[in-house]
Amino acid sequence: MLKEATRESYGKALAEFAEQYDLYVLDADLSEATKTKIFAEKYPERFIECGIAEANMMTVAAGMAACGKTVFASSFAMFAAGRAFEQVRNSIGYPHLNVKIGATHAGLSVGEDGATHQCNEDIALMRTIPGMVILNPADPVEARLAVKAAAEYYGPVYLRFGRMPVEQILPDDYKFEIGKGVVLRDGKDVAIVATGLMVAQALEAAEILAQQGINAAVINISSIKPLDKQLILDYAIKCGAIVTTEEHSVIGGLGSAVCEAVSESAPCPVVRHGVNDEFGRSAAALKVLEHYKVNAAGIVEKALEAVALKK
Amino acid sequence: MNDIQKNELKVIALKIRNDIIEQVHSAKSGHPGGSLSIADIITYLYFREMNIDPKNPKAPDRDRFVLSKGHTCPALYAALAEKGYFPTELLKTFRKLDSILQGHPDMKHIPGVDMSSGSLGQGISAACGMALAAKLDNKDYRVYSILGDGEIEEGQVWEAFMFASHYKLSNLCAIIDRNGLQIDGKCSEVMSSEPLEDKMRAFGFNVVVIDAHNFDEIESGFNKARAEKEKPTVIIANSVKGKGVSFMENIVSWHGTAPSDEQYEAALSELREVK
Repeated sequence: MLKEATRESYGKALAEFAEQYDLYVLDADLSEATKTKIFAEKYPERFIECGIAEANMMTVAAGMAACGKTVFASSFAMFAAGRAFEQVRNSIGYPHLNVKIGATHAGLSVGEDGATHQCNEDIALMRTIPGMVILNPADPVEARLAVKAAAEYYGPVYLRFGRMPVEQILPDDYKFEIGKGVVLRDGKDVAIVATGLMVAQALEAAEILAQQGINAAVINISSIKPLDKQLILDYAIKCGAIVTTEEHSVIGGLGSAVCEAVSESAPCPVVRHGVNDEFGRSAAALKVLEHYKVNAAGIVEKALEAVALKK
Repeated sequence: MNDIQKNELKVIALKIRNDIIEQVHSAKSGHPGGSLSIADIITYLYFREMNIDPKNPKAPDRDRFVLSKGHTCPALYAALAEKGYFPTELLKTFRKLDSILQGHPDMKHIPGVDMSSGSLGQGISAACGMALAAKLDNKDYRVYSILGDGEIEEGQVWEAFMFASHYKLSNLCAIIDRNGLQIDGKCSEVMSSEPLEDKMRAFGFNVVVIDAHNFDEIESGFNKARAEKEKPTVIIANSVKGKGVSFMENIVSWHGTAPSDEQYEAALSELREVK
């Protein structure tokens, strides 16, 4: 099985699909880290270095898209969604231009660089932009498929990738579709709705819960927007309790999206697991994740809370 | 440009000034001052300079225009209407619910608008992206973008200027409408960007300074931009905010205020008397 950071899969996928989808890639002096360098080395004439100027980069991407180009603009999540939020909102989102935002180094698993670079707010920010698609792949297989799907789709897409190498958890022939969630493990006692690198942790948590006699379902929601509302409602009714898990703030991300969907149509207890309302800190990625309990053990704790809330 | 052609442009510019007042008065909101200051330049762009066809607003090889100072769209909307992109009657719907003529330019709904703009500092970056796209495709189309002299206080503008120069976007012509005023007062007092000519030269631009209300100088400015094959060009256009309506000229408060009914009548009658 493959083990690589989803940013690596992103860079490789850009190079793989460059000609098929006539892609152009922009970066802001981080191509070494975002892995768009893999694309740049193969297709230097399609790669536009924008320097350390993310606001300009996002809007240049919009201008290129307005002239018919399919553009991937890359930086760390902190700068892509954070610093350039208003450019993404007004120059990409509002005119609904065909720009894909390739955001790497999302979440706590950035590790040593610490809080200034650990973006736990990007999903929340992007979710508020009308018409923005948000894809947060779980593993290398899905990361590649998400890039392909984004290239095929017309309109703005925010893609979220991680820095830390992760194991392949999905089969080689995995089917990826924007707006679709996938049940990776069925269960009836509680549904763990997971996204990004927490999907692997959710599967592990389900194993631990099984040993305690709790039969947990695991649903991969890589398409946070549009959200597979029907699948989530089905499991809200079937399991009667939900735990959401994400490497992102518990405010505004997948947890909020699931609460919004469930509370309006099939209310049941939803416990949100992720980064609490606080900043991250420096250490090796796994140490940071452990410190904040953004791991399988943290999910188990929250799952038990959710089960206890069932009446 | 001979005298007949010049006079034709003057007539159109007057019509555009008239349309600006009509729109802002009808909406009871909007930005007359900075719209009037760009009226002559936008007239020249749409009626003499740009390779565009109102019957085919999405032609792939057309020249592009981005109004980076998007709040002055009454000037743009007037030019588009007079050029035939949409009926002039539509101008009365400016800033009204259900109108395509939003408070700031919306490329998704207005024929002839190449980029949505209005959040200051972004239009020039989009224009850079368009100019780069033309170069990547070996196309000849040119890209024009008007910025305000207050707008250039936005840091993103200088990111865009660096980019334009780095990528030798000689097909890009930025126009800075130097009317000297912004919302809180004189640009020189709010946040001075002078000496602008020196800054633009230092950023690698071909710099041309013109009188924004003199068609001979406007023509010569755009011809110099066309002749430049290495660098992007900036035309620094010295203008009068509120130009053409005496009581609006050089008055800060006319940045974003609509005229009352009496002021509206006074403005129109003043514009009628111009010959």
